[in-house]
Amino acid sequence: MFDFVSFIPRAIMQGIPLLYGSTGETLTEKSGNLNLGIPGIMYVGAISGVMGAFFYETRVGAANMKGFLAVAIPLCCCLLGSFLMGLLYCFLTVSLRANQNVTGLALTTFGVGFGNFFGGSLIKLSGSSVPAIVLSGTSSYFRKTLPVSGSTGWFGKVFLSYGFLAYLAVLIALVAAFILKRTRVGLHLRAVGESPNTADAAGINVSRYKYVATCAGSMIAGLGGLYYIMDYTSGIWSSDAFGDRGWLAIALVIFTVWRPNVGVLASFLFGGLYILHMYIPSGMNLAIKELYKMAPYVVTIVVLVLSSMRNRRENQPPASLGLPYFREER
Amino acid sequence: MSLDNKTAAVEMRNITKRFGPVLANDRVWLDIYRGEILALLGENGSGKTTLMNMLSGIYFPDEGSISIDGKEVVIRSPKDAFDLGIGMIHQHFKLVDVLTAAENIVLGLDGKLDLKAASKKIREICDAYGFEVDPDQKIYDMSVSQKQTVEIVKVLYRGADILILDEPTAVLTPQETDRLFAVLRNMRDAGKAIVIITHKMHEVESLSDRVAILRHGQFIGDMPTRKTNAQEMTNMMVGHAVKLNIDRPEPVNPKKRIEVRDLTVRSIDGILKLDNVSFDAFSGEILGIAGISGCGQKELLEAIAGLQPVEGGSITYIEDDGSREELIGKDPLSIAEMGVSLSFVPEDRLGMGLVGNMDLADNMMLRSFRKGHSLFTDRRTPKELAEAVVQDLEVSTPGISTPVRRLSGGNVQKVLVGREISSAPTVLLTAYAVRGLDINSSYTIYDLINKQKAEGVAVIYVGEDLDVLLELADRILVLCGGKVSGIVPGCGASKRDVGLMMTKLGGKLDE
Amino acid sequence: MNNKAHTPLFHVSRRAALPWYGAWGIRAAALIIALLACALITNLITGLNPLEVYATIWQGSFGSARRTWVLFQNIAMLLCVSLAITPAFRMRCWNLGGDGQMLIGCLATTACMILLGGKLPNGVVILCMFVSSVLAGAIWAAIPAFFKAKWNTNETLFTLMMNYIATQLVAYYIIIWEVPKGAGKIGIINQSTQAGWLPQIGSYKYLLNILIVAVVCVLMYVYLNYSKHGYEIAVVGESERTARYVGIKVDRVIIRTMFLSGAVCGLAGMLLVGGTEHTLTTTITSGRGFTAVMVSWLAKFNPIWMILTSFLLVFLERGAGQIATSFGLSASYADILTGLILFFIIGSEFFINYQIKFRHAAGKED
Repeated sequence: MFDFVSFIPRAIMQGIPLLYGSTGETLTEKSGNLNLGIPGIMYVGAISGVMGAFFYETRVGAANMKGFLAVAIPLCCCLLGSFLMGLLYCFLTVSLRANQNVTGLALTTFGVGFGNFFGGSLIKLSGSSVPAIVLSGTSSYFRKTLPVSGSTGWFGKVFLSYGFLAYLAVLIALVAAFILKRTRVGLHLRAVGESPNTADAAGINVSRYKYVATCAGSMIAGLGGLYYIMDYTSGIWSSDAFGDRGWLAIALVIFTVWRPNVGVLASFLFGGLYILHMYIPSGMNLAIKELYKMAPYVVTIVVLVLSSMRNRRENQPPASLGLPYFREER
Repeated sequence: MSLDNKTAAVEMRNITKRFGPVLANDRVWLDIYRGEILALLGENGSGKTTLMNMLSGIYFPDEGSISIDGKEVVIRSPKDAFDLGIGMIHQHFKLVDVLTAAENIVLGLDGKLDLKAASKKIREICDAYGFEVDPDQKIYDMSVSQKQTVEIVKVLYRGADILILDEPTAVLTPQETDRLFAVLRNMRDAGKAIVIITHKMHEVESLSDRVAILRHGQFIGDMPTRKTNAQEMTNMMVGHAVKLNIDRPEPVNPKKRIEVRDLTVRSIDGILKLDNVSFDAFSGEILGIAGISGCGQKELLEAIAGLQPVEGGSITYIEDDGSREELIGKDPLSIAEMGVSLSFVPEDRLGMGLVGNMDLADNMMLRSFRKGHSLFTDRRTPKELAEAVVQDLEVSTPGISTPVRRLSGGNVQKVLVGREISSAPTVLLTAYAVRGLDINSSYTIYDLINKQKAEGVAVIYVGEDLDVLLELADRILVLCGGKVSGIVPGCGASKRDVGLMMTKLGGKLDE
Repeated sequence: MNNKAHTPLFHVSRRAALPWYGAWGIRAAALIIALLACALITNLITGLNPLEVYATIWQGSFGSARRTWVLFQNIAMLLCVSLAITPAFRMRCWNLGGDGQMLIGCLATTACMILLGGKLPNGVVILCMFVSSVLAGAIWAAIPAFFKAKWNTNETLFTLMMNYIATQLVAYYIIIWEVPKGAGKIGIINQSTQAGWLPQIGSYKYLLNILIVAVVCVLMYVYLNYSKHGYEIAVVGESERTARYVGIKVDRVIIRTMFLSGAVCGLAGMLLVGGTEHTLTTTITSGRGFTAVMVSWLAKFNPIWMILTSFLLVFLERGAGQIATSFGLSASYADILTGLILFFIIGSEFFINYQIKFRHAAGKED
């Protein structure tokens, strides 16, 4: 019997970083910026939070930590780190009109390197015997759940057993969907991504929208990295642990046809696919498990192909995605 | 009405604008008055659009000053322009395809997004001026004239009282143009200042109160329209006297070259684009195709050229010796391999006919690079061809290794036409061959087309300027909604009749 | 609020064409500034004085004969993948799947070495390795190409996902072939018989790989610039509509070009496994498929310039690696420096394409 009560919470916890990443990337792409730097940004978000938490935890000791600071310091560090990455991307692609693909890839190289480098340095600083940083003190604050979650049976396990960042991810996705669809800012953002020319002629500050959307998107994506370390892995950082989730988050954007609200369920589905191999009984055959791990990628490809075959007007990427905008282009 | 004692709504003084080495506007002075329609006249590249773009905040002048109602202002962005009551309707519509009319109209405004209230206000504006706009319709579902209406409503919605229209009639039928002009006169009478950029002389004469003329970025002069005439204005525009009529030699020994029967084409979205179209094209003759834009002209030419999947019907190519070849189901490559020499000057020159980032020589290879069995391309022949085209057609370019996108519109078209006729075609298809070209370049193109006709080529000429079609074409096929509305001789047809046929099958009025 | 007329401070406009030496001058300047920045940052982290930083970087690349050979071997591998993805890039087909295509080539080579090594004459084994790796890479790239040609499926994400599928496939076979059982790795294949190992030229272990890649480089240059296929690729890349208009079969060109792309990636995989590594891991490609994107783009998709840009990136990586080892830093330091230098060079493109003019204060200064 497939154990849904334990599977669903784990799938959701796997899905949350993806949800953060894809919500951030959706906002970014709606402004016409294809940010392939998201994987790097998520690393930077994670390591920035880890650094903040590490210095706070080692300075005052795990026992004396104040709940508010234990959460606020990593959170602010994470937001700052990922914001700066977004800013760098914008400066290069919007102000200097550089190629978005190449800038994004460079940002990912840099970000992953940055994460692993400072992660490695912290491991050295902590003098740990295993190649990992353990921030269980900070993590315990991030993992705090509602007190009732333990006493409500399967309902509590499936719906109430998560740290606050998980609920925040869903909230941000829903708010982002609302902003895009129902508000003036959202309308303007969509116009910028579809046709910067038109938006410009209508008096919308194209560069500002691109900057704000991309930086906000980066910060949201950065939170995904933070969640992964502080909640999912219980505060343990090790090199390359975050893996390929950033790329999956980008794939998820297409999967959800640029709708963050769809992303909520889609990311949980992806999270489920990601851990499916642990729940399929395969006995001693370790090799076959490696094949099951393909599931999320294969599904992404299938969805990619199906959506391109259907080719509906509403499901297309923003028309100017990937193109730099220069007003005086003649 | 005397213009002398009015204060100018807009005073532009000493406006200069450079694009790299190009001087687009050179110390231009221009006044715009309320309650007046000003026609801004000039050839392409004379700087009309650039000048108005500076008024609407798209560009910022390098030098000079702009005053609104006597007060000096700085217009840094379109938003500044709106705040000053200036609204511009661009030649290429500034609309977002996937948004609705209402969403487009409120784009860029402040405050809470309330589409219901916006729709109400849009309906009010429409009622006041006699427009028809469905606020909830998506732009990609609209016709060109509907889109233009949305643009005008958008400007009025913002309370603009200085309106600039950049070549607004280029895509309209004569009937739609008349309707637009009526609206513009209404607005003028309501006290708005209106500027219309155009190079069509008859529009200037029928609509404007005053005309201002630019040439090579310089202000040449302005005068009340009633005190001047077409010939004088043309001379001022071009700088020397030009003749306005186009030659139309009699076709020599016409033979049937292309026979189209019951051609039916559906677009990818399933919309019927051509519906049982039948006609013949003869060698040594120019067959003009008239119609509102988007009525199947593009599909017709592309179907003949082998670029458009066809649902039914036949297109037969008939050789001099009477042998017949079916063209449907063949792609451009196999048509060429059959020995049918077919040239096509498409509407989208840099997006389809040429590769903007390649130089002249490489563009000459586009049609011929496959020749020979070598794995490698022959670079010498195209180079020579490029040099010949530059020389024969007087293409102004720094050299044959310049990317064609750096050339001006007229020169781009000369390169394209030059390449297409270099292969000694038997059929020449042209779509909007002179769109956006100045008068001199246009006449070069008309001459080239007439030369092809004299050499016995069957020319199919899709045009939008009825005046030119009526003077150039031997016969005119009028399309209306994908159907043949009628075929009339070019000589003796009236513009009014053709215009009616464009909007209504057969062109008969209801009364 | 000061609402008075402020003219914009500066004005950006597109440049007319810059002569080639101007463009490369700007790029060189960006590189020098980037190197200064790297030295400064290294100085802050390690306290090493800037001159020593450069000396260490130099040491890391050319410090000994062995290091020099390793440097050139790494350049050859990176260059090979970069050459592979370049035709696709010229066609504006963003093939980010170089890694996966190379990995599949590695897998095919390994399979031949393990399954055929010792059973067939060595020459035949190597021939099989060559054919199977090239085919495997080509097919791996042709799958996304097919869908792009048919339904315009986004190739960036498709190829990206194919990378991970390739990784999992390799992980699967590593467990199947693991030596000893339960080790989770393959180890050196045919260590005793050296079956399927590419021959050495004299005593130079890496020379054969370097020579092969040099030949591929020249061939690719000629193919892209002088062949009819190369011209078709350029036209399709610039405008698919133009290509259709002149009768180029766009879908065929897309599939053919990606096939070629994948084939060369597969070749790179064979050189890596058969020529130097003689083993298979899931990370054997060390992300070269991504670095190659930057090598190719920095060289403006010109194979000859790519020798220079791949040299630059490998040189930095080895140098930064050296700094990391001698100061006990994480090896990821190289990625940080590489990223930093890329930012400068990417940014410098702006100054090649645009010029900034500062305005004279037209309004009165308050």
